[in-house]
Amino acid sequence: MSLPAHAHEALQAFTACPGWEQRARLLMQWGERLEPLDEAERIPANQVQGCESSVWLIAEQRDGHWHFRAASDARLLRGLLAVLLARVQGLSGEDLAQVDVADWFGQLGLARQLSPSRSNGMNAVLQRMRELTAP
Amino acid sequence: MNLHSPWRADFPALSLFEAQGQTYLDSAATAQKPQALIDALTGYYTSGVANVHRAQHPPAERVTRLYEEARQQVARWLNAASPAQIVFTRGTTEALNLLAYGLEHRLQPGDEIIVSALEHHANLLPWQQLALRSEAQLVVLPLDSRGEIELEAATRLIGPRTRILAVSQLSNVLGRWQPVEALVRLARAQGALTVVDGAQASVHGRHDLQALGCDFYAFSAHKLYGPDGVGVLYGRDGCLDLLKPWQFGGEMVRRADFHSADFHAAPMGLEAGTPPISGVIGLRASLDYLASLDAQAVRRHEQALLEHLVAGLSVREGIRLLGEPQTALASFVVDDVHHADLAQLLGEQGIAVRGGNHCAMPLMQRLGVPGAIRVSLGLYNNGDDLARFFSALDQALEILR
Repeated sequence: MSLPAHAHEALQAFTACPGWEQRARLLMQWGERLEPLDEAERIPANQVQGCESSVWLIAEQRDGHWHFRAASDARLLRGLLAVLLARVQGLSGEDLAQVDVADWFGQLGLARQLSPSRSNGMNAVLQRMRELTAP
Repeated sequence: MNLHSPWRADFPALSLFEAQGQTYLDSAATAQKPQALIDALTGYYTSGVANVHRAQHPPAERVTRLYEEARQQVARWLNAASPAQIVFTRGTTEALNLLAYGLEHRLQPGDEIIVSALEHHANLLPWQQLALRSEAQLVVLPLDSRGEIELEAATRLIGPRTRILAVSQLSNVLGRWQPVEALVRLARAQGALTVVDGAQASVHGRHDLQALGCDFYAFSAHKLYGPDGVGVLYGRDGCLDLLKPWQFGGEMVRRADFHSADFHAAPMGLEAGTPPISGVIGLRASLDYLASLDAQAVRRHEQALLEHLVAGLSVREGIRLLGEPQTALASFVVDDVHHADLAQLLGEQGIAVRGGNHCAMPLMQRLGVPGAIRVSLGLYNNGDDLARFFSALDQALEILR
């Protein structure tokens, strides 16, 4: 399975990052790319439980491919959501199940964002994504 | 200003952190440990362990003596009238839950339990759930803008139906001392039992519990430079006897057959199962260490650090302190910056502070903020720690704004 175009772009950008500062700035730039959510969609039913920050995640199937939209009130988290979506956007359920998200974040130099002590909620987002896309 | 800590070298983790580029400013969550405690734990484990209170062999006698000496030392530390007023628990949370279950039999529907708006979940949820179980009312004392419980409102709200008052002595979010002596007097005048959560306060200065006059006092060893897994519940004379046992098992039972049992009086009757023996012995070592320090010098040092911290936060644009902190910690929010973003970028720079709701979600709702950054200090922190924090803060804010 080849990497989606946006994922390829993310990989190039993040692996070229020399330090935390540039990585933070890059994350915030990627966060701006998230498709916006309407106020009407920012409802508890779409909210990811278990995040210290507010996070919303919506999953829709279009012609057998998953389409995700996500939002958060924290900017770095928006960036993390964006690079996650870059990897999984448009995949079939089968391909989605094959994605090793931990490995993906590791490749980007963001592995620490998935560590269990993190309260940023990326683990909760992944759990929610699995629930929403469960066959 | 001299912000050198003469006690820093007593804590081996601090030099390790320094070598790793880590700056520890999260002591209100848990404190680093002095060498004296580490030596005591090593000594206990290498000298041969035994269970307490049961066996007749010499190792058990030795360990039981150490365990009971620790109880005496805790009693001295708190100026309790007797070691029998000290129950060892697994922490403040367990001590408060023990109270909430042990006192349940004294509550009737319509009775009132009073807490304050600044309580940590550990001193809120046990009472909230007790109120739900017993159809009692949970009454919440309001705070003034400095972060102090309003005594005027307390005078109105503490009444003849009040059975229990449970308040923190020092807020884990606002760093402000609470008027617990006055609150205890108000509650006692109405015949209510008084509970003081000393999880934060016990670390900053010794408190004379007979002078404080509360019926119960709880704290955790791990915040007091002691081991984790150990807490203390103090009960004024006779007060522990009001508590029904809530955990059953070995140690606490005097006589049992298949269908009934009698239990020891407190404190033994409230210490079911094998207690955290090593931790209790370790706590004693931490208290011995703290007792050997110049308490005035420690207090002055912590005050100087806090003043420096508050002054540095105050001169930075867009930073708002929560309340008016008095001791060892300060929480703040920054205009247009999410606390999670700031916490993450401070973490990237090796600054260990806490971002979030600090186990006080209702307080955060009351203050109208989703979360805050808390910087908390221990006696081992120094001016360099704060300089590194401020430099990292400026760097993070430059990126985020």
